[in-house]
Amino acid sequence: MATKTQTVDTKAQFTNLSKDEILRYSRHLIMPEVGMEGQLKLKNAKVLLIGTGGLGAPLGLYLAAAGVGKLGLVDFDVVDSTNLQRQVTFGAQDVGKPKALAAKNRLSSLNSDIEIETFETKLESSNALELFKDFDIIVDGTDNFPTRYLVNDACILLGKPNVYGSIFRFEGQVTVFGAPDGPCYRCLYPEPPPPGLVPSCAEGGVLGVLPGIVGSIQAMETIKLIIGRGDSLVGRLLLFDALAMKFRELKLRKNPNCPVCGTNPTITKLIDYYEFCGVRGEEAPASDIHVPEITPREMKSRLDRGDDLFILDVREPHEYQICNLNGHLIPLGELPRRVHELDTSKEIIAHCRSGKRSAEAVDFLRKAGFRKILNLKGGILAWSDEVDPSVPKY
Amino acid sequence: MPVKVIIPTPLRPFAGKRDSAEFPAATVGEALGNLTKEFGELRKHLFTEDGKLRSFVNVYLNDEDIRYLGKEETPVKDGDVVSIVPSIAGGRS
Repeated sequence: MATKTQTVDTKAQFTNLSKDEILRYSRHLIMPEVGMEGQLKLKNAKVLLIGTGGLGAPLGLYLAAAGVGKLGLVDFDVVDSTNLQRQVTFGAQDVGKPKALAAKNRLSSLNSDIEIETFETKLESSNALELFKDFDIIVDGTDNFPTRYLVNDACILLGKPNVYGSIFRFEGQVTVFGAPDGPCYRCLYPEPPPPGLVPSCAEGGVLGVLPGIVGSIQAMETIKLIIGRGDSLVGRLLLFDALAMKFRELKLRKNPNCPVCGTNPTITKLIDYYEFCGVRGEEAPASDIHVPEITPREMKSRLDRGDDLFILDVREPHEYQICNLNGHLIPLGELPRRVHELDTSKEIIAHCRSGKRSAEAVDFLRKAGFRKILNLKGGILAWSDEVDPSVPKY
Repeated sequence: MPVKVIIPTPLRPFAGKRDSAEFPAATVGEALGNLTKEFGELRKHLFTEDGKLRSFVNVYLNDEDIRYLGKEETPVKDGDVVSIVPSIAGGRS
């Protein structure tokens, strides 16, 4: 059931718009749903964006354009060229710059009337409450489970709404957590998946427009919370499948036994979310499989020497098309049933993009009785760095 | 008419790249059982070793969470849609 949007209480500081602002926001002002009252609410609103990447890009642009009076941008990352495919706040000239600063520059040029504060820091249990306390609404555009649980719990502890969006390849999820009487992220997912089971965007890919759509929906929900209009996504999980071009919605219920927002909460302060999610460090843990390795340079000199090495590429066919080392292609998932294509008497070097999947392949093949098998350390990425820079990295 | 099971993007590689599949079933659990019978690789993603649904996988019958219905025993009727909704986290990077 749709919930009428409840206005988020912003402490009114501004009571009027300048002549220039009236002109700038005229398309809002002439709509009775926004009007002068709504535009002043926007001007008085303080929204914190966690992450300035794929979801943060449309969020920042639309919220700045809409005249949200104060935007906080939390990101510790640096712009790289693979971001430009979808993170439309950034231009090619921003590569190498801190994301929060690059986003601030772009948003300030769009709207110099608003205040933008940057936090070039990693959101942690130790700083989250302090960072959140001066903002009315928190918008979650992060990319990992520990931070999602951290954002959720901090919002519940402070009583602030959390406009949630997440994406994977062609699929997105959007909702509003942490509203009064509404469910929270833990009501939906009490526990995170174990590390490694769900691939990240870096591994799984994402179609560039998808975060644009999902982040735009988050921006719309944020504005509705500020102006208190319409039916919010509180209690509804919006699912978007871009490939099928279908929107669906599921009911979300507040779990009375929820450990953080239930009637008898057991989580009353922020915890160690990396431990909770079984992850140490910001990335999914490096494979803990230890297999015999060969460095790209060693492999190159052995090939140059004329050694008879069988190169096994365990990536997917579409990755092979991007670049390859003339290896024999058997995707990791097909290895068990195609193992007969390999000769145990030959020396095999397995590789993938980064060395992670091929480590699994080497481990599997060793267990299957292969003895002369090595993993190419660092995969094609390292090959490109150390041996042949003409091989593209992706 | 059987029950339609919607397979989310992260699990499609383990389900022959299908986005949905239809099975005759009397309960949600039976529909999921038939699904994992057809796509064996899906089993470990949906169920623990002792056959319980994993806690980070939510299952919906139409638009309702089965945890608030009869869980896996929830009866289904022809034309119902069972959705598997795993948590996804992407967004910033």
